[in-house]
Amino acid sequence: MRLKDLHRPASPLGNFWGGVALALLAAWVLVCTATPAHALTQAQVRAIVEGESDARLAALQAGVATGDPALPPFLQAVLDDAVKVGPNQVIVVRDSAAVDAATGQPVASAEGFDDVVNNNRLRRELGIALAGLKLMSNQRGEREKALATLRDEVDESRLGLIDRALAREDDPALKQQLQSLRARVLVAASDPGLRLQAAQALGQNGDRATQALLTERLAQETDANVKAALAQSLKAVGGKLAWGERLAVIFSGLSLGSILLLAALGLAITYGLMGVINMAHGELIMVGAYATYLVQNVFRQWLPGAFDAYLVVAIPVSFLAAALVGAAMERLIVRRLYGRPLETLLATFGISLVLMQLVRSLFGAQNVQVENPSWMSGGWAAMPNLLLPWNRLALMAFVGLVLVGMTLLINKTRLGLFVRGVTQNRRMASCVGIHTGRVDTYAFALGSGLAGLAGCALSQVGNVGPDLGQSYIVDSFMVVVLGGVGQLAGTVWAAMGLGVLNKFLEGWTGAVLAKVAVLVVIVVFIQKRPQGLFALKGRSAEA
Amino acid sequence: MKRRTALSATALAATLAMTALPVWAQDTIKVGVLHSLSGTMAISETVLKDTVLMTIDEINAKGGVLGKKLEAVTVDPASNWPLFAEKAKQLISQDKVAVVFGCWTSVSRKSVLPVFEQTNSLLFYPVQYEGEELSKNVFYTGAAPNQQAIPAVEYLMSKDGGSAKRWVLLGTDYVYPRTTNKILRAFLKSKGVADADIMEEYTPFGHSDYQTIIAKIKKFSGEGKKTAVVSTINGDSNVPFYKELGNQGLKATDVPVVAFSVGEEELRGVDTKPLVGHLAAWNYFQSIKAPANDDFQKKWAAYAKAKGIAGHKDKPLTNDPMEATYIGIHMWKQAVEKAKSTDTDKVIAAMAGQTYKAPSGITSKMDEKNHHLHKSVFIGEIKADGQFNVVWKTPGPVKAQPWSPFIAENKGKKDEPEKK
Repeated sequence: MRLKDLHRPASPLGNFWGGVALALLAAWVLVCTATPAHALTQAQVRAIVEGESDARLAALQAGVATGDPALPPFLQAVLDDAVKVGPNQVIVVRDSAAVDAATGQPVASAEGFDDVVNNNRLRRELGIALAGLKLMSNQRGEREKALATLRDEVDESRLGLIDRALAREDDPALKQQLQSLRARVLVAASDPGLRLQAAQALGQNGDRATQALLTERLAQETDANVKAALAQSLKAVGGKLAWGERLAVIFSGLSLGSILLLAALGLAITYGLMGVINMAHGELIMVGAYATYLVQNVFRQWLPGAFDAYLVVAIPVSFLAAALVGAAMERLIVRRLYGRPLETLLATFGISLVLMQLVRSLFGAQNVQVENPSWMSGGWAAMPNLLLPWNRLALMAFVGLVLVGMTLLINKTRLGLFVRGVTQNRRMASCVGIHTGRVDTYAFALGSGLAGLAGCALSQVGNVGPDLGQSYIVDSFMVVVLGGVGQLAGTVWAAMGLGVLNKFLEGWTGAVLAKVAVLVVIVVFIQKRPQGLFALKGRSAEA
Repeated sequence: MKRRTALSATALAATLAMTALPVWAQDTIKVGVLHSLSGTMAISETVLKDTVLMTIDEINAKGGVLGKKLEAVTVDPASNWPLFAEKAKQLISQDKVAVVFGCWTSVSRKSVLPVFEQTNSLLFYPVQYEGEELSKNVFYTGAAPNQQAIPAVEYLMSKDGGSAKRWVLLGTDYVYPRTTNKILRAFLKSKGVADADIMEEYTPFGHSDYQTIIAKIKKFSGEGKKTAVVSTINGDSNVPFYKELGNQGLKATDVPVVAFSVGEEELRGVDTKPLVGHLAAWNYFQSIKAPANDDFQKKWAAYAKAKGIAGHKDKPLTNDPMEATYIGIHMWKQAVEKAKSTDTDKVIAAMAGQTYKAPSGITSKMDEKNHHLHKSVFIGEIKADGQFNVVWKTPGPVKAQPWSPFIAENKGKKDEPEKK
């Protein structure tokens, strides 16, 4: 509160009062950080950061036992890799300003100091120690974070801490979490009555850690009653987890399906509607991905502050880049080969090789790095064991938007009407005054542009290299043919179906066999139903 | 008319080449570079090509070998295993190279092996591998399983490594991961780990969707005691794997992942903040503090800047196979100078017992018999900046065991090449 009040006059004014306020603020910060820091000793901090893991942990426990208020910031600094050790001093370096870890006095230079090396065990124990200290914090957010850290760490020695925190806690949600934490500890207690209670209480949870804990306890338990309670709780937890697992398979299937769909959408127009066997479709995807890479570089170079927003620009740029390449392809080559599918196949295959080599010459044969914007890292925990990564959610939403946009374009606009007219009956369309040549170019450019969008999206989940297109061209044709040539709805169903089928099989047989099995399924399916999932009906079917 | 001109042009070129070659051959010693510069392995192998070129420049600047300059002949086998054999043949019989530095994946090494044995030529192989091979024509400057895989697993079993009790063996589907995992399985069994506590998973080369695998690991780790993952994923699949790992929030303090084919170069461009604490086992890390390492890095940074190598000119990185390549070329040079000839058999004899001050801070020695280097083992944890913290190392260099004692059929196999 005080901070806020002080800040308000200080920032816009910058006059006398502002100066006074700033001085006060600085003094306050100094008091806050400096006073408690004196309580740590050189020997103490050195013991925590130097030596064998066991000795360091012992020093850490000793430090925690004293309840020193200067300890948490120091531990945080150790965890953040901000602590360095010299021959006679331990220092904390933050924002290139170095201070003595024990006294808080500024240190002239961090030259000659070595980094403190923490391994996983130490990092884990430091985290637990810090969380234990923060459990008594006055801020709810800190306590919540501390609880999350402590959740997987069950140890009877922490019972006292949990009980103290439980006595202080007034937030009902956190109180419940603490209770559950207490149950985790007590399930290993020596008194069977306590164990029984705890075993029953744990059945309400639905996360992996509880499952692991219960499985472990069940193997060690000797008391029959407790054993039964443990088994029952384990079953309840397992039931909850099974749902998360099923949903996870479906989600990953849909996510793979949306990638397939995005890759195939452009082909659904160029091959599905126009009938051009476009072997360069994969390379158009690659063009979109490289366009995204270029936009990313431009942002990194000139607009580093707005880096997270580069995708907004990359989407239209990748569409346009691929659409232009597509339009040029159509005008110069494909146009001359309409009605000659074999020659088209060869010509577009040649174009694909040319495009690949072009990219190799321009950007090198190695993969280029396309970084995710920071908001795409991490995920949303929909259930305790179901985490939906942001990049995949964003991709699915993007596919949905593209699909809606394309459906509207084909079904509701004049251009869409022309495209449908020309593809269904070229001569009749020409008779009623449609410039069929131009419509062909537009349609081909649209299909290519969609491939570019796919490239932009795929750069966020996979590798970007000259061979990018090769890995998607087969999948794209598979989806379009399976769905039924010329059918958008069929493409959607085929993509989603293949995605879920693939992920289901992968969970069962492993990735290598799943790939084989999916191809076998498609071959058998096409044998039985060559027209695909959805077949055109009526007169246009013969066209 | 046209045809005739073309014919005579070729003839002219051929005569020119014929007359020109011997003159050249006297001035230089040709050295073959056989690394994929495109395809799925390009992410790892391209820098090795540059490392060879840098080392050759360095040797030439000091007067070359036996008074002759080295001349590199670079080819691109494009991550295509049969093409490796073809290119190797081309290097040996057409370009007449004295030695070849190359290969990363074991499947490519297996593909070129018959070529080198038939023509009695030399290959220096700079990458850690599964062992189970000992050819007189190959010098293995990378680690054998007992110099990388087994110490890493032992570390994870220790208190500091997290006392792992359950294991996921995850790899790309080819000979190196399959064999390494076979050895590891036998090793784990010897340590009392039950079969039910080991999960083995493979993915194809270039696999890019790791959702199912990560979900499986999560499930497996929830079914019992502390779990660790041993990853032998190779090539650019590592990028989507680590991206998914980070996004799915699988933290190193819960389920540590130790990788044998992931170094500084593979992590470039991956957001390493969520990956802090995951491990890699190598015989060299860029972060190792040693004068020889400072020297090596300085040379590399200067070379990358001068040649404008993409990525490295702004952010030079070094890694274990680069170091192994560097040691290999220097040892070959020393051996040639000792033998006073580039003749394969003489060089092989001179290689035994060669030593070199390695950037990893030790004096690396080529074993007198088994064609492998003695190496120190380091285990590093990924830091937020993509470098590694060395958290464990062997007290000194370890002798390689190309025939793993954990595979029963290896009993009684000699620790030196059969043919002499």
